[in-house]
Amino acid sequence: MGRKLLLENINVPGINSFEVYRKHGGYRAVEKALKTMSTEDVVEEVKKSGLRGRGGAGFPTGMKWSFLAKPEGKPRYLVCNADESEPGTFKDRYLMTHIPHLLIEGMIVASYALGAKTSYIYVRGEMMPQIRILERAIAEAKAEGFLGKNILGTGYDLELYVQPGGGAYICGEETALIESLEGKRGNPRIKPPFPAISGLYNCPTVVNNVESIAAVVPIINDGAEEYAKLGIGRSTGTKLISASGNIKNPGVYEIELGVPVEEFIYSDEYCGGMANGKRLKAVVAGGSSVPILPANLILKLTTGENRLMSYESLAEGAFASGTMMGSGGFVVFDEDQCIVRNTWNFSRFYHHESCGQCSPCREGTGWMEKVLHRLEYGHGKLSDLDLLVDVAKKIEGNTICPLGDAAAWPVASAIRHFRDEFEWHVSHAEEAMGRNYGLAHYADPLPKAETIAAN
Amino acid sequence: MAERVKVTIDGISIEVDAGTTILNAARLIGGDIVPPAMCYYSKLEGSGGKCRTCLVKVSKGSDKDPRPMPKLIASCRTGVMDGMEVQNITSPEVVEARKGIVEMLLLNHPLDCPICDQAGECKLQDLGYEHGSEGTRYEFERRTFEKIDIGDKIQLHMTRCILCYRCVYVADQITDHREHGILGRGDASEISTYIEKAIDNDFSGNVIDVCPVGALTDKTFRFKNRVWFTKPVDAHCDCDKCSGKVTLWYKGEEVLRVTARKDVNGEVESFICNTCRFERKNTSEWTIEGPRKISHHSVISSNHYELANPPAVIRKNPALKEANIEEFERVTRH
Repeated sequence: MGRKLLLENINVPGINSFEVYRKHGGYRAVEKALKTMSTEDVVEEVKKSGLRGRGGAGFPTGMKWSFLAKPEGKPRYLVCNADESEPGTFKDRYLMTHIPHLLIEGMIVASYALGAKTSYIYVRGEMMPQIRILERAIAEAKAEGFLGKNILGTGYDLELYVQPGGGAYICGEETALIESLEGKRGNPRIKPPFPAISGLYNCPTVVNNVESIAAVVPIINDGAEEYAKLGIGRSTGTKLISASGNIKNPGVYEIELGVPVEEFIYSDEYCGGMANGKRLKAVVAGGSSVPILPANLILKLTTGENRLMSYESLAEGAFASGTMMGSGGFVVFDEDQCIVRNTWNFSRFYHHESCGQCSPCREGTGWMEKVLHRLEYGHGKLSDLDLLVDVAKKIEGNTICPLGDAAAWPVASAIRHFRDEFEWHVSHAEEAMGRNYGLAHYADPLPKAETIAAN
Repeated sequence: MAERVKVTIDGISIEVDAGTTILNAARLIGGDIVPPAMCYYSKLEGSGGKCRTCLVKVSKGSDKDPRPMPKLIASCRTGVMDGMEVQNITSPEVVEARKGIVEMLLLNHPLDCPICDQAGECKLQDLGYEHGSEGTRYEFERRTFEKIDIGDKIQLHMTRCILCYRCVYVADQITDHREHGILGRGDASEISTYIEKAIDNDFSGNVIDVCPVGALTDKTFRFKNRVWFTKPVDAHCDCDKCSGKVTLWYKGEEVLRVTARKDVNGEVESFICNTCRFERKNTSEWTIEGPRKISHHSVISSNHYELANPPAVIRKNPALKEANIEEFERVTRH
């Protein structure tokens, strides 16, 4: 049983109230940080812990904090990105619903470390219940003197606000989030300048994911060394994984980074294996934006070793045979699922969510969606596959924000790994409307890597 | 005195002020190495970065940090660093990416050039001709919109729009209150005024000049003539609202339209007011300066001044007559 840091007390009745949370050791981190540590100490501690951004990109949180500009006379802001909208990811909502004080505690410590006097939690508009939960929790914390003026008599002031978004996926991109928070249309900004220099209201700003901020609490409580002991290599600590799809026990799991993927899918501690006795076909390991992998590649590396749930191991093999940790939206597909339909569904999402600011993404996402729709409904052509790969390549890397990449990767990877199935949709168009392609060879053992005999 | 930095674009070095963008440095060099720009407009703050046609490859970041940049970057919004090396037309990657972007920009464009008033001075035509491929691989229906009148002088035809946001910045920065913006998102987004409220402002006509395509057109000129049949003549007047420096477009002796003067990059030299643009269409209201020089690449330059028997408008005006003689001699010499 892996150690749990964030979800340890998740099943304690009433943990969403201040009283119970406090009784179970809550707000110790605030006391420790504000009373015994300087702001630099906290940043240094987070840096040492090796905590990496849990929102998708995996950028070291401590580094991000130390990049924050500190000009005289300008306020600094901390914004918590709770605009969780990635298909397949639901960990932040879970955390905010059941243990809201953990986020608030993390926000106080992080704001203190960054010297922010006003902090925001930008919550996706659809999550109305979570917004109410957070607002109640903030009111409770304020009544107990953990927020507001002169927190715990240390002279540190902090106001925390919850801001509902409009429910646009693009507002999860940090600069679009800042624009939206300022009350404008949520279009991503052109970088540089980065938010650390000029963010919210042109002031230095740090934007962090809910889970990253919550993870600061155990880091301060137990110390960075203790936190860094968990995990593997540069992937330290624990990660919340939102497991969904054709598995026996879908849900949010806190894993220690480094658990083998095979164990995560099949052990009873986590997903509990495939549902209904079906066989595994494919996995999207980190939310809809990351490349999809067939069963053989997700379980094993091309070298034959087990693939682990860590930033490095999932990315092993780069785009040819790897994927990414992303935001931890682990979607499992069994042999009855149609990859073409799924890819079309993803691209439909990105077409709908593209902000329309820059041309490759605005036009390209719609184009891919239409071509995939045609393939799925039996009007496709063989040349469509190369067309899709080419369009994806023209979008990738040429856009203002990562939404273009996020739209291109699932399509490019699906065609790379499941080309047979796409071709079958063209050559057996009528049959493809009636049944699915099935597992085919996607779970076959990987061919042995060829070794060139040295002579 | 600002610090000077050295930047090399496609093997040509130039010293520019620190803080200059790569695109503006390239424009100082001039010629074929200037990346095309559909959305960037030097006179509009915050514009650029959206169309992605100006993408370039930075093969060396600077003298201090010589690492190349991992992705292609928008030259209109990236400042130069000392010792930076940039590849534009010398990089196959850039040429390929740009080709893709031209195809994307034309994806939902109606290609109705034969009936479009912008034809002949359309940036998208130039871009497609210079950087695009002959055909498209798009086989689906293109998006269409109804034409909208914004005010009694300007027509918006969203079908042709490439969403460069220039007109939004004009409405934001040149006119005194904002009634004009973007609705919707993705490829369904559209330029619109607040509940189709008419733009009623002295400088609203400038949205026509900044529009790189035929999405915003001058209703007083619509379907009057092809631009290459009209003659551009620089003129000025005493205007109390704007600089009064304009280009008059003549057909015979009649002024068909008035626009601001556009420089080599297709940007206006100074914004003009609606009175000059829409109301003053008599030669008597203007002081003629001489013919507008048009790049010989443009189809408009096929308007010849070099006529043995010039029309009355030229004969009556000493400046134009002078220009006619010059041009006539230059052309007949060959």
